Amino acid sequence: MAGTLNCMTPACPSPDPSQAEQAALLGRLRQGEDAAFRDLMDMAGGRMLAVARRMLPTDDDAREAVQDALLSAFRNLHRFDGRALLTTWLHRITVNACLMKLRTRRRRPESSIEDLLPTFLPDGHQTRPAEPWAPDRLERAETSEATARLVREKIGELPETYREILLLRDIEDLSTEEAAQALGISSNAVKTKLHRARQALRALLDPHMRADGGEAC
Amino acid sequence: MLTCREVLDFLMAYVDGELPADEVARFEKHLAVCLSCVNYLASYRATIRAGKAAMRGPGTSLDKLPPDLVKAVEAARRALVQSGESE
Ligand SMILES: [Zn+2]
Repeated sequence: MAGTLNCMTPACPSPDPSQAEQAALLGRLRQGEDAAFRDLMDMAGGRMLAVARRMLPTDDDAREAVQDALLSAFRNLHRFDGRALLTTWLHRITVNACLMKLRTRRRRPESSIEDLLPTFLPDGHQTRPAEPWAPDRLERAETSEATARLVREKIGELPETYREILLLRDIEDLSTEEAAQALGISSNAVKTKLHRARQALRALLDPHMRADGGEAC
Repeated sequence: MLTCREVLDFLMAYVDGELPADEVARFEKHLAVCLSCVNYLASYRATIRAGKAAMRGPGTSLDKLPPDLVKAVEAARRALVQSGESE
């Protein structure tokens, strides 16, 4: 399912709160019970902060975004229709708060992505044929902290709007339509940009992952 | 026969299972004879997996908010309630 705060890794510290738990908490929030908001922070706050840390450059920004998101949730509780899970709704609000923060932080014109996209000969072949990636490096990509750091660094090098799309679709698991709505662009634009973002990230990783040498990581 | 350029253009639709069956057949006919596109496809998929693993792997989630942040948010919420802005 797209977009919940589900943690996909076995190392995840706590399971998702059940639907029943979430419904009970929602009821208490709506009655204005004072302790309910603290329970909400207890239930979802850590995961909201993890999302914000993935999306924002500094820990201060992440904390501010989580505060904004929690207050926005508090103000807009009456608009939550209860069809989605509370955690899913909070995830969306957090992503939106992070996007707002990125908008206010954006300082320079975006670098071009063209240099990171594949190029072709007139006959349609790639100018430089793609080389295979080493199986052991692929293995490490999912297990080693050093490689994880490299991948995070390369994601950070993507032009800003492409990084956002990649985060929303591939990391936060928003659907194409949800990402389009969050960013105020068309679904087709989301698809095009996501494909380019993945291709650019692939190009940035390529020298480190190739079987024919490249740089070790 | 599709060109490599066309294959790479439609790669995401292929990976996401959004290509119609006849297009998939044309796509795979190209893959059967083009090692470069096979390599590219494998590394494209690996890129998606590596991104998820790096951003959502162990050590990237945390259980609870830091207590000082909880206090700050709680104080801001009370201020909201007192200013009557919450309704
Ligand atoms: Zn090809």
